[in-house]
Amino acid sequence: MNRALAARWLPWVAGALLLVIVPVLFQQGFVRQLFAVCAVMIVFTLSYNLLLGTTGMLSFGHAVYSGFGAYATIHALNWIGRSHVPLPVTALPLLGGCGGLLAGLLLGFVSTRRSGTAFAMITLGLSELVGACWLMFPKFFGGEGGISGNRTVGAPLFGLPGWNLGSDLQIDYVVGAWCFACIVAVRALLGTPLGRIANAVRDNPERAEFIGYSARQVRWFMLLASSFFAGISGALAALNFEIVSAENVGAVRSGEVLLATFIGGIGYFHGPILGAIVFVFFSVALSQWTKAWQLYLGLFFVVLVLRAPGGLAAVIERALAQVRDGSVLRRARLLCALGACAVLALSGLIVLVEMTYQRTLEASGGYLVRVFWTDIDTRQAAAWVLPALLLIGGALAYGWLRRQDTAANAPIAVLTAAER
Amino acid sequence: MNAELALISALNGASYGLLLFMLSAGLTLIFSMMGVLNFAHASFYMLGAYCGYQISQWVGFWPGLLLSPLIVGIFGAAVERYGLRALHTRGPVAELLFTFGLSYVIVEVVQVLWGRPPVPYRLPPELDGSLFTVYTVDFPRARGFVMLVAGVILGALALMLRYSRVGMIIQAALTHAKTVETLGHDVPRIHMLVFGGGSALAGLAGAVGGALTVTEPNMGATIGAILFVVIVVGGMGSLAGAFLASLAIGELDAFAKVIDRSPADLAAALGARLDPSNPLYGLWSLTLSQAAPVLPFLLLVVVLLVRPRGLLGKREDR
Amino acid sequence: MVRRGFVRLLLGVLTCGMATAAAAQTTVRIAFIDPLSGLMAPVGSNGLHTWQFVAEVANRDNWAPGVRFEIVPFDNKLSPQESLNDLKAAIDQDIHYVVQGNGTSVARALIGAISKHNERNPGKEVVFLNYAAVDPDLTNAECTFWHFRWDANSDMKMEGLTSFLAKQKDLHRVYLINQDYAFGHQVQRAAREDLTRKRPDVEIVGDDLHPLAKVTDFSQYVAKMKAANADTVITGNWGSDLSLLIKAARDAGLTANFYTYYAGTTGVPTQMGASGAERVRMIYIWQPNIENFSGDVLVKEFKSRYKEDFTVMAAYDALRGLAEAIRKAGSPDPVRVAYALEGLRFHAYNGDVEVRGSDHQVQQPLYVSSWQKVDGVRVKYDQEDTGYGWKREITIAPEAAALPTSCEMQRPPRPN
Repeated sequence: MNRALAARWLPWVAGALLLVIVPVLFQQGFVRQLFAVCAVMIVFTLSYNLLLGTTGMLSFGHAVYSGFGAYATIHALNWIGRSHVPLPVTALPLLGGCGGLLAGLLLGFVSTRRSGTAFAMITLGLSELVGACWLMFPKFFGGEGGISGNRTVGAPLFGLPGWNLGSDLQIDYVVGAWCFACIVAVRALLGTPLGRIANAVRDNPERAEFIGYSARQVRWFMLLASSFFAGISGALAALNFEIVSAENVGAVRSGEVLLATFIGGIGYFHGPILGAIVFVFFSVALSQWTKAWQLYLGLFFVVLVLRAPGGLAAVIERALAQVRDGSVLRRARLLCALGACAVLALSGLIVLVEMTYQRTLEASGGYLVRVFWTDIDTRQAAAWVLPALLLIGGALAYGWLRRQDTAANAPIAVLTAAER
Repeated sequence: MNAELALISALNGASYGLLLFMLSAGLTLIFSMMGVLNFAHASFYMLGAYCGYQISQWVGFWPGLLLSPLIVGIFGAAVERYGLRALHTRGPVAELLFTFGLSYVIVEVVQVLWGRPPVPYRLPPELDGSLFTVYTVDFPRARGFVMLVAGVILGALALMLRYSRVGMIIQAALTHAKTVETLGHDVPRIHMLVFGGGSALAGLAGAVGGALTVTEPNMGATIGAILFVVIVVGGMGSLAGAFLASLAIGELDAFAKVIDRSPADLAAALGARLDPSNPLYGLWSLTLSQAAPVLPFLLLVVVLLVRPRGLLGKREDR
Repeated sequence: MVRRGFVRLLLGVLTCGMATAAAAQTTVRIAFIDPLSGLMAPVGSNGLHTWQFVAEVANRDNWAPGVRFEIVPFDNKLSPQESLNDLKAAIDQDIHYVVQGNGTSVARALIGAISKHNERNPGKEVVFLNYAAVDPDLTNAECTFWHFRWDANSDMKMEGLTSFLAKQKDLHRVYLINQDYAFGHQVQRAAREDLTRKRPDVEIVGDDLHPLAKVTDFSQYVAKMKAANADTVITGNWGSDLSLLIKAARDAGLTANFYTYYAGTTGVPTQMGASGAERVRMIYIWQPNIENFSGDVLVKEFKSRYKEDFTVMAAYDALRGLAEAIRKAGSPDPVRVAYALEGLRFHAYNGDVEVRGSDHQVQQPLYVSSWQKVDGVRVKYDQEDTGYGWKREITIAPEAAALPTSCEMQRPPRPN
């Protein structure tokens, strides 16, 4: 079979298989919940990258669109439940997309008049405005308590009895199917002329104007598309959690999608997908093991901004390229040493952070903290000195070794479309 | 609304506005000079409060008041030197993202070091009690102290910028950085100093503001949003604009809270009575005091649409 | 063959014995879902310590023979959505009892989620013990079989508070201030209704609603109270909203009387101090200086262990009730325990406690108290080392505190 063709279709087939197998393979509610949250986040980050990576618009208020989609969905859900209309609940994400689109029409018209830093600030202001407004309209936004719904109403899926979306397996499949559909749709959109011109507007708006495209209009259309998909992701979140509250439109959630998308890599199509998975891993899984997970996430983000603005996707691509051209084998010893220093320094940092957290958080809970499967007594001075030495020594050694490593001294840049 | 309420509202609004100005002055200077909007500025405010708390636990409140701006200023200078300077060539988006990530990390570090609940950072007992009485309401000495600190610091800042040599160089570098460089001044170093100075102002604001209200990890986020409004409304790059905008927003906040009238009341006064069964009644019967949290952001959006330069703005985005 | 059979029999007996030994000591894990961060963290943290302390007492005194209680804390950051995530995590850890109290919105979200979960997963039911969320709707229009409320609801408290207030002579101009959410609205409504009924001569000169757990500066609200010449303030505020309100009132020199639900909760006594003496009153199901200082053994032990005040007696009653129900039902199975809880009666430190079967609202005495200097006679125990404590003004018997209910409860099939 043609290798290039297989390479193109392989990720899609593998992704689809994964979406089908994972929910049925793992029985624990925890893993199924992780799956659903991941799928929702993937749609959300993809929609955000339509703005940031494709059109170069940094938005600090993206959660407003997904929040509107979520509210539209939960209201529709309650309406279906009250009036017993036999509408399928699985079609509600489309309505959520329209809710997001409506918000994009209204707010996007205001915000896309400017670009760059001014656009970022307008989105921040709009997001704060919406966040401050929600308490004033309890009928729509539900006040402090938010609005709850029940997704087992309406017509069962394809008329099959028992498929009322009550179980987490069923909701996983619905969310997974919508996620896949959105990935396909976004990919298709990026291949259209609009998607291509959006790249042009990102790179050189003046030049795009010269070849006849209104930069402002292009930005607005991309915002509409982005808000549509954000609305779908909000709708999926509403169906999954069955509650929608102020957090769905809040600044925290806007910050989360920015973090997730950037961590994945804004210059790649699969970057946001990767970033969503990593972010959900941090926030849902890592949070079970340590209370300081947000600190680790923030540090990771800052390091990426400074040293690898192409995100994880760029790091992986760079690594794969180095493997292919053999420079990894040549520098194998150096890389092993670098890796060891990094691991030591990280371990030291983690131990210090966990110990500090234990001292301040549970002052009456005791002095022992469990890190790396051992109990550490935070009252011992050695328990503090040793990790500090590891951290400082490891960091210094890493820095020195890095300067010796001539092959990888330039930070990994954001690759433009031409280079990819 | 009687004279007593109006006067006390004006005073409360002024004290809040001056605190806001202490914060926004630093941010305005940083933006004017370097064109980067420092997302982490509100986190520096929080850092100042926590440093003040910790020092007041070890030594006392007054040493804390002196030292915490210093500590935060040095930290800010380090951030500029080792973080922002490297990102300068990559454009405003990279700088924004860096300061955004930094603000996140600072909040988390504070939570790790001091925990999540609020910490009992209080003003010293010398500042308890009332400064003077407005009709029957006491104006607390603590608030008067905050206003005094803000006024003194900002007066000193204005004097320094206008009459001292450093101030002249800074003013020149604000608009003609390249020329100043050709004259032999180390402009990157000036950037670092201005960033450090702005951060120190934020730290000082935190040291007094945190003691006056509540010191907890979220305090930066809540005041950060309003700070941002002040910068934009006043005009990015104008200290006088930031001053006017801070006072305006402080007074708006104070007076809005005490006005229990809604547009429906206004309509009724003019003769048009609104029916409660009208679906938009919820919107029209919203009193100004209920809408108080949203007014600054409404102002922001209006200003960004109508006069993007702000009240006294001099500088557009790069 | 016989030897193999004998070995099998021996193994069978041994495993049976081990199983019995294991069954002899079951651990009933209880999820505690409340804010442990943010402005309300001190209240949540005090609540967690209370539950952990009461669980220790229960295990030490063997309240339910063969059963050990363990508290598993979750920080919900006062957010309903976060609480649902915590609930899912708790269910994944095979926890069947959830306790929560701070914030009616959270309670409502939890009740909705628990009802849905119990309906979709028979055999894995979860029971919700509400120890402080007092919106009356939770045991009226929105009552469910899985929810039990151990604190008196807001209407009961307002009824008791206003019956004391109505007898005050210096009551002419009342100012209402509450948090802008379901509970605050309920307090607002109940205060207006009860005052109109009991003291129609009194004028309500102000009615404010402010955002929950967000306001750090109440000076403008206090200025309004001054401008309106209010002599009495009625508020349902709790946590930072009450402590900062009282701080602002003290700073501005406001001399009005405060009638509250939660002046006994963490942080407020420190703000009140001496300036609140004779002026602040609160209503709750208990306080350390009631008749015979009943419950002071808990006060002393808790203080020495945690250096905090023991105030949340509802948590103690709730765990007592749970242990009693487990004993009565003979098993920790949630459905059996829920049925055993209905109609349960026992005598606790705060008086006679009864879990009313019709709506799962616990009936118990209510005490209106006022803030006084410790005198060793009426007021022996102070709060937060201020030298001031609560003096019991009136006791309202359970029958007098009871209110009718509109609950029409749907019950699952009774297990055999």
